[in-house]
Amino acid sequence: MHMYRRTVLAMVTGAALLLSACTGTGGSSKGADAKAPTDPAKVSGTIKVLTVRTDLVQDGTMDKYAAEFNKTYPKVKVEFEALTNYESEVKIRMNTENYGDVLLIPAVIKKADYPKFFASLGTVEERSEKYRFTDFTTVDGKVYGQSPVGVTPGFIYNKRVWREAGVTEWPTTPAEFLTALKAIKDKTDAVPYYTNFAAGWTLTSWTYVNGSVHCDPGATTKLAEGDPWAEDADLRVGDTLLHDIVEQGLAEKDPTTTNWEESKPRTAKGEIATQWLGTWAIVQFQDAAKKAGVNPVDIGFMPFPAQTDGKFCAPVAPDYNQAVNVHSKHKDAARAWIDWFTDKSGYDKDNLAISPLKNAPLPAVMQPYEDAGVKFIEVDDSKGAQVKQIDNQSETGIYAPEYRQKLVDLARGATKGSLDDFFADLSERWTEAQR
Amino acid sequence: MAATAQKAVEQPVAGAESAAPARARRWRGLTPWLFLIAPLTLLIVFTYAPIANMVAYSFTDWDGVSPELNYTGADNYTEIFTREDLFRVFFVSGYYLAASAVQIAAALYFATILSFNVRFRNFFKGVLFFPYLINGVAIGFVFLYFFQDGGTLDSVLSLLGVHTDHAWLGTSTSANTSLAGVSVWRYLGLNFVLFLGAIQSIPGELYEAAELDGANRWHQFRYIIAPGIRPVLSLTVILSISGSLSVFEIPYIMTGGATGTETFVIQTVNLAFRFNKTGLASAAAVVLLLIILLVTWVQRRLVPDERVDLV
Repeated sequence: MHMYRRTVLAMVTGAALLLSACTGTGGSSKGADAKAPTDPAKVSGTIKVLTVRTDLVQDGTMDKYAAEFNKTYPKVKVEFEALTNYESEVKIRMNTENYGDVLLIPAVIKKADYPKFFASLGTVEERSEKYRFTDFTTVDGKVYGQSPVGVTPGFIYNKRVWREAGVTEWPTTPAEFLTALKAIKDKTDAVPYYTNFAAGWTLTSWTYVNGSVHCDPGATTKLAEGDPWAEDADLRVGDTLLHDIVEQGLAEKDPTTTNWEESKPRTAKGEIATQWLGTWAIVQFQDAAKKAGVNPVDIGFMPFPAQTDGKFCAPVAPDYNQAVNVHSKHKDAARAWIDWFTDKSGYDKDNLAISPLKNAPLPAVMQPYEDAGVKFIEVDDSKGAQVKQIDNQSETGIYAPEYRQKLVDLARGATKGSLDDFFADLSERWTEAQR
Repeated sequence: MAATAQKAVEQPVAGAESAAPARARRWRGLTPWLFLIAPLTLLIVFTYAPIANMVAYSFTDWDGVSPELNYTGADNYTEIFTREDLFRVFFVSGYYLAASAVQIAAALYFATILSFNVRFRNFFKGVLFFPYLINGVAIGFVFLYFFQDGGTLDSVLSLLGVHTDHAWLGTSTSANTSLAGVSVWRYLGLNFVLFLGAIQSIPGELYEAAELDGANRWHQFRYIIAPGIRPVLSLTVILSISGSLSVFEIPYIMTGGATGTETFVIQTVNLAFRFNKTGLASAAAVVLLLIILLVTWVQRRLVPDERVDLV
């Protein structure tokens, strides 16, 4: 009996090993195109759109967009599937062919693999005439995704609190910024800066400092080829500022138990003065202000405290890029949705975001930016895939929370060590992975 | 003629008689397997196939999603055993191991007391077992509020006149102790129920006889209960050790592994899903499995399973 049991087990194991050898293949329809339909009346089919906006699916906003879309494309039925844990869920589903018709390109997919998973939306030449951010999804001259909104990183701040502290001008250097936070600490009851340490992802915004410090469109290429934590490099400047804020006691008392949802109304009410996030957050904080019964006008937005040639700089980057599943049976309908959603839905305006259309005006919230003459730049992303690869290889995680959580722990004295050693360790791992 | 005819009639009957038991026997041999089809299928599909898959991935450089994967031999294992930083996280398990000792002692204490006639006995049993029934994710969130600055713990302490200004999850030691405390709170109930069940299977006459002989409660525990529940006790110890080595949900939800609370499983999850090194993470998982098997084996050798015979 014992022998027998063993052979069964061995057979099972063997079969499973064979099975596993079969997984991870696919992408047989590599290189397909999703062409823009010429006659809207003829496009038909049911398409499933995957999204991260659980809030918009639940409150029916997405259905309103779909109804509007149906006025042009009456025969297309649009269904939405909102995923709370988008990245990890979609990643697993992408091992099959069933990952919706339209989806947001997960960060985990290697750029070189885009043609295996997504249908092309056209060549980079034709698309870049009309749209921003095309090079973020370009492989071999073909574009595979389009973001419906552009975002720029910056500090969400409570204008009233900053005014009460006597700071009316945006700080132009990290040192001035620290002085301003100190003034807030001394003159008001607000927490000068809130790290949102526990949520984790909020700290990853600090990576998007990249490009603003020196107003350099080639900042991402520098990450791929240089040392991000060298003296005066963008990430080092940003990380040092975060470190100093925490070290000088200008952040919340206990970062480990922060609460993201709670931080929104608290900022609106002026209990928290500042947070480093992005333009995408403005609308959420204004909503929180309305719900808390305070004036949403107090929510302000300011660029990173650094100037080049006397001007602030704001790098504009795409949010999640929408793409068509290469296995979709209704590629033309899926394409129609992406085009309509990007060009005509008004999703960018509803979110007070920067439009992906090159000729569109800036949203009204960015008026102070225009007045201050902030220079908008688009960081070249042709080396973006390489940066991600170095990041994974070195296990640094510039798009993951751990390393900045460690930085905050270091700054508040929960772990021992010096900032220079911390950066030196990061540099060493990064440059080693580059080889 | 008649005789041959009779024979001719008899023969097939005789043949049928010998065939029927053979078939019946075959069926009887097959029946248990028929009943086993469902559980075996489930076991194979959801336990052995994934494990085999994981072992297969551990020899590749797969990133978890790419259609291409290369066979890299034992490279992943070499990396795991040559990078000491991957093993440093096992120190965190020490906190949970220490907490397990506290947990087993407390569970044993409560199980012993509540197995005797105590007032509100069933109520206390419920109170002790209840935390185990709550979803681990919910527990994580509840205790985040509990440890918050000015949260439940601080309020309760200030009611008692202790005004602390302690960030409970603030430093590595304090955070790990707090998290281990949460895990004691949660799993105490399970150990308690296991012990209680074992204690109640001890015949009641033994206590009576012991009392007649003048044994007090401590003697009863020392000479009747403790030896009586030895198999369950050693099982609990094994479960605690393997549990301490593979702690995951409470620290993952509450701190995400920040401030030095990263455990081996969190590290594995990060390798697989943050840095897309599914191959390396699979190898790490295999190593953890082997370590737990090894620990269990060593423990079984040190404390062999003896049959308990009290009566």
